[in-house]
Amino acid sequence: MDKKKTASTVAIHMILIIGAIIMVVPFIWMFLTSFKTVSEATQMNPFIIFPKAWRLDAFQSVASKMDFAKLYINTVVLIVGRVVCAVLTATMAGYAFGRLHFKGRDFAFSLVLFQMMVPAQIFIIPQYLMVSKIGMLNTMFALVFPGLVTAFGTFLLRQAFMGLPKELEEAARLDGCNIGQTFLYVMAPLAKSSMVALGIFTALFAFKDLMWPLVVNTDQTTMPLSAALAKLQGQFAVNYPELMAASLMACIPMVIIYILFQKQFIEGIATSGGKL
Amino acid sequence: MRMEVVMEEKAVKYKGTNQKRSEFIWGWLFILPTMLGLIILNIIPIFQTVYQSFFKTGAFGKGNIFIGLDNYTKMFADTAVWQALWNTFKYAIIEVPFSIAIAIVLAVLLNRKMKGRTVYRTIYFLPMVAAPAAVAMVWRWLYNSEFGLLNHALNSIGLKSVNWISNPNIAFISIAVVGIWSVIGYNMVLFLAGLQEIPRDYYEAAEIDGASPVKQFFNITLPLISPTMFFVTVTRIIGALQVFDSIYMMMDKTNPAFAKTQSLVYLFYKYSFMEANKGYGSAIVMLLLVVIMIITVIQMACQKKWVNYN
Repeated sequence: MDKKKTASTVAIHMILIIGAIIMVVPFIWMFLTSFKTVSEATQMNPFIIFPKAWRLDAFQSVASKMDFAKLYINTVVLIVGRVVCAVLTATMAGYAFGRLHFKGRDFAFSLVLFQMMVPAQIFIIPQYLMVSKIGMLNTMFALVFPGLVTAFGTFLLRQAFMGLPKELEEAARLDGCNIGQTFLYVMAPLAKSSMVALGIFTALFAFKDLMWPLVVNTDQTTMPLSAALAKLQGQFAVNYPELMAASLMACIPMVIIYILFQKQFIEGIATSGGKL
Repeated sequence: MRMEVVMEEKAVKYKGTNQKRSEFIWGWLFILPTMLGLIILNIIPIFQTVYQSFFKTGAFGKGNIFIGLDNYTKMFADTAVWQALWNTFKYAIIEVPFSIAIAIVLAVLLNRKMKGRTVYRTIYFLPMVAAPAAVAMVWRWLYNSEFGLLNHALNSIGLKSVNWISNPNIAFISIAVVGIWSVIGYNMVLFLAGLQEIPRDYYEAAEIDGASPVKQFFNITLPLISPTMFFVTVTRIIGALQVFDSIYMMMDKTNPAFAKTQSLVYLFYKYSFMEANKGYGSAIVMLLLVVIMIITVIQMACQKKWVNYN
């Protein structure tokens, strides 16, 4: 019996390790290529896996073409802007939808559900025309704009508030708290884990958003990383060390944050589930 | 005595209406930002997109000419649109089942006390935190027919090179592989959360009855995880039907496989923002909406047949 168990454990690890290798090889290849010269990267006979010398040439030439400081700042503004707006508005609305009874609530909530069922591309042209009409193309506001509110987050927080016990809320009311105080001091702190989950979810998909930034911020100085990478490829389609260096620069900050907070990341995604 | 009772009743009633009024005020105050945002950012745009689809758009939104259903008749006769719809389906038909099946197996293997569990989980989820543009570029480099790692690996074991993304018969599979690789970790995390809700004693009882792990998987795990599976399937199909990033990044217009891989959303982007024909772009996105609605409704109708809510 024990022997059988060890054998199956070994088999499971084998499968998982092979899978893990497939998952990391592209990242390793990105890393290795970024330190090569173009001739090393395109040499077939012999095929070169490790660069002969760890050159930073590709990074330097990419840094001269892309203002990474600016790109990081733009990306951070995009992420922070969307996270703050989403968590703030969704927590308030989620509490009202999940906990309060008032006229018009169910109709309002049906609009939230309706938005969740519609593919996001439907909103893009009118949103673009709105931003363009108020003269805000190529601004940080434009990047954040579609994420000012979130139907999905509202739904998520509503579920969270609905799952909380009644007693605490009643006790707070008896102590003389009005609804605003009950929300702020008693209920919102209890929904913290869902707020964090929504924050992580929003941050991740703001970082990965490609079409909207491409459409709305065409100026190099106002792009986030994702759009700038796409533009870079258009310009230097064949210089793979440079493309990989830029990709690495774009991925590393998020990967580090992810590894540091991987527990929160994975729990956040698990609870928010979500739409892609 | 009677008087007091009446007064109390009145007080309760008064308190009741007071409570009602304050819930009304606070409720609307709390949902106001979200509702305003939703109406401006989403609800109105839906109608605007429908409206726009009846117009021929000049450059920069100027010179809109009402053309009735012309965009739609043009679309129904446009073989590129039907090809793109078919490409999108082909992508989804590969990406969704494989990403779900592999993710379930991984989740089941990881759903136990074992060494390295966190490390595995972290690695499998890693592609999700990478920028899609970076993911597409590195895969394009791996797929490169002359200098790519994949073809080198094939050559070194004596096989011929494959034109991964320029052979029209293979390119859509290559693109779907990138999609699968990117989303496995995400699906796996959702399945792991679902698996944790299955009570341990079900498995213990099955073990006492002598059921093999494979039998346990099909008789306990699969039925009990079916609600998660349903949710993941519905959201994954919707996501796959909206595929854009990898096609935009990996397929050049000069690529011979381009026509056989461009997706519906890519066409939408092309007409709306590269060719400034927002009217036609709107008609295409309406087609996407209808397709997604139909598929989702069918799934909702079929869920009773296989989803086990308990």
